[in-house]
Amino acid sequence: MANSSLLRLEGDSRIAVASERLGMRRREFLQFCATLAASLGLPPGADAAVAEAVASKKRPSVIWLHFQECTGCSESMLRAEHPTLEKLILDVISLDYHETLFAAAGHQAEQARKKAMTENKGGYVLVVEGAIPTRDGGIYCKVGGQTAIELTRECAADAAAVIAIGSCASWGGMPATDPNPTGSSGVAAVLGKPVVTIPGCPPNPYNFLSTVVHFLAFGSLPPVDDLGRPKFAYSRLIHESCERRAHFDAGRFAVEFGDEGHRKGYCLYKLGCKGPETYANCPTILFGDAGAGTWPIGCGCPCFGCSEQGVGFSKPLHMLAKVKNVEPPQQYPRIVEEKGMGATLGSAAILAAVAGAAAGGTAMVARNLGLSHKAAEAERAKAASKRTETEA
Amino acid sequence: MSAQQHARPAPVGGSMFTATTLVCGILMAITATIIVVRLFFGLSSTTNVNDGYSWGIWVVVDVFIGSALACGGFCMALLVYVFNKGKYHPLVRPALLGSLFGYTFAGAAITFDLGRWWNFWHIFWPGYFNVNSVMFEVAACITLYIIVMWIEFSPVFLEKLGLRDARRKLEKSLFFFIALGCVLPMMHQASLGTMLVVMGDQVHPLWQTPIQPLIYLLSAIMLGYGVILFESCVAASAYRRQIELSLLNPMAKVMLGIIALFLVVRFTDVAVRGALPEAFRASHIALTFWVENLCLVATFLLIGTVEARRNPARLFLAGITVMLSGILLRLNGFLIAFDTGPGWSYFPSVPELLVTIGIFAAEVFGYIYITRRFPVLPREETHAQPAHS
Repeated sequence: MANSSLLRLEGDSRIAVASERLGMRRREFLQFCATLAASLGLPPGADAAVAEAVASKKRPSVIWLHFQECTGCSESMLRAEHPTLEKLILDVISLDYHETLFAAAGHQAEQARKKAMTENKGGYVLVVEGAIPTRDGGIYCKVGGQTAIELTRECAADAAAVIAIGSCASWGGMPATDPNPTGSSGVAAVLGKPVVTIPGCPPNPYNFLSTVVHFLAFGSLPPVDDLGRPKFAYSRLIHESCERRAHFDAGRFAVEFGDEGHRKGYCLYKLGCKGPETYANCPTILFGDAGAGTWPIGCGCPCFGCSEQGVGFSKPLHMLAKVKNVEPPQQYPRIVEEKGMGATLGSAAILAAVAGAAAGGTAMVARNLGLSHKAAEAERAKAASKRTETEA
Repeated sequence: MSAQQHARPAPVGGSMFTATTLVCGILMAITATIIVVRLFFGLSSTTNVNDGYSWGIWVVVDVFIGSALACGGFCMALLVYVFNKGKYHPLVRPALLGSLFGYTFAGAAITFDLGRWWNFWHIFWPGYFNVNSVMFEVAACITLYIIVMWIEFSPVFLEKLGLRDARRKLEKSLFFFIALGCVLPMMHQASLGTMLVVMGDQVHPLWQTPIQPLIYLLSAIMLGYGVILFESCVAASAYRRQIELSLLNPMAKVMLGIIALFLVVRFTDVAVRGALPEAFRASHIALTFWVENLCLVATFLLIGTVEARRNPARLFLAGITVMLSGILLRLNGFLIAFDTGPGWSYFPSVPELLVTIGIFAAEVFGYIYITRRFPVLPREETHAQPAHS
């Protein structure tokens, strides 16, 4: 049973050992685990489970394959600093095969992969970075004489989980841009079954790490949407929590790079920002790990929709985004609202005329009715007197 | 009740081209023009409504006051069908006609006041219902009532067209619509009061009370009788017909009872809530409060005795004072004593006024047309017969 209280882990020696191993203070380590749990959208108590899992579980073996890509995903992972993630990656997981980070080369490297696969059969995590060329039998990308298709299928066969990191592995990304001469595809298309995808170019390292830690702490991958994207990170449009959203709603746009609106930090929608049609959590956890405010939109650069198939690498940068959840209003409220005005000569005159006509009409009708009443009464009196006369 | 012998209704006849209908026609044409401008160029192009006063006279006068003045039909139905006073039956059709126009035009007027009027059908579309909204209650209820009233009134048209079979079939199920026609106005006239309650302290304490729904309901009922007095007298005067004094006299007594009840409820409420001192401040709000309520007191002075109620001029003036009080109650609550914060002000613009006048002109025109061409008013006996009383 996982621990459900961080406080109970206070004096736990495993935590002390783990934080020392990661080069963090104990408090920082616990804070980090709580942040991970929170960014996963997990309920209270899960932070302790994460901390315990990171500190005590056997590190899962990870095999990391590289195909048609720029290694940007790995690079951004290494740039992460809270904590220095390269330490965490190497320590929390057992990275048994990674072409960029390997000291080994050639047959030695391939042997390490085969060894890890047999030793951890059915228990290792396969991470794929980069698109997989499928045209002409997949001959456009080979490692150790094997095509990318063969390698993916071989490694995926006995993996406990397959994670596609970056847009290339998720849906083809930049290599799959038209005319796509090598027939680049995502991992799911090649394997013919859904995998967890962490799209982005590169994706925020914490989205990847949170997914792995979820696997570590709970033995399963986090809930995903129909495109395999973890819901904790990709269920909302960038537009929904964008820091410039208020400008969009108020109709304040930058129209040209460097114009007044751009310098004042107005909405970048009219410059072609794809935030309104791109699902990612960049506004909340930012892009990469470069510090406060430093994500594309924060820096005045329109989002180009790197994580969204059909948007990133395919829609021109200047093109307007399709606003998926809100239509821009046709009219915008004025800065200073008119507060109403008093009576004008015309309106007062009309009102007075109506009142006068009503009063006059009332008087006339009342007078007529009164006269006819008087006449009727007189007639009745006459009839009554006549009756008394005849009776007499 | 229907066993009682009444003069059967008959068309009044006569020409449609008179000075009155001509003036009504001109006013209606002006209104139609302004409405076209409003529909294409927005509310700000024609009205003075603003963010502080989101409703103007199109809502307060055309809808709130218009529908309250149209309560005659419902009040007569209450008297005839619920309290089984069959003798009032000849008054039902003319009263229903007034209500029919009042409500139909109130329903139409609200459409012009909707900012995005092309979405008006949302309120009838189940997916868009907000069942927790008092506005929804009012809108749904008024719409239903308009339909019910047209059904209630349809025998008039069937008679005119000579469709006797259809009429006989309809009359078998008419009791259901008459019952609905008694319940629906009670619901939405009370809900119109609720709309003030939800405005909170923006409404002056003299009008802001949790029992506002009761006050609006009572006010609507007494207005209904007041309007019948007014309509009967005006119709008699304009068409040179006899006044149904034998009916109006006892009906006016019923009205006085309701006015007395209203005044007791109104002043008890104001006193219990401790708002009475507000009525003695030197302000235009206190003044309009007193005018509103003294109008009702004046009714007793005008027609307090049986003798006084025999005078049609007094009945007519009593109808006017009751209407004036009901109109002021609504104007005060929704506009005059309605303060949405510093700086905001509202006074109707010229086009706004013209539209409201035009809508009332349309009601008058419709009333004249239907009574002249369709069997609504009781058939006029050629020789004056001795009064029943």
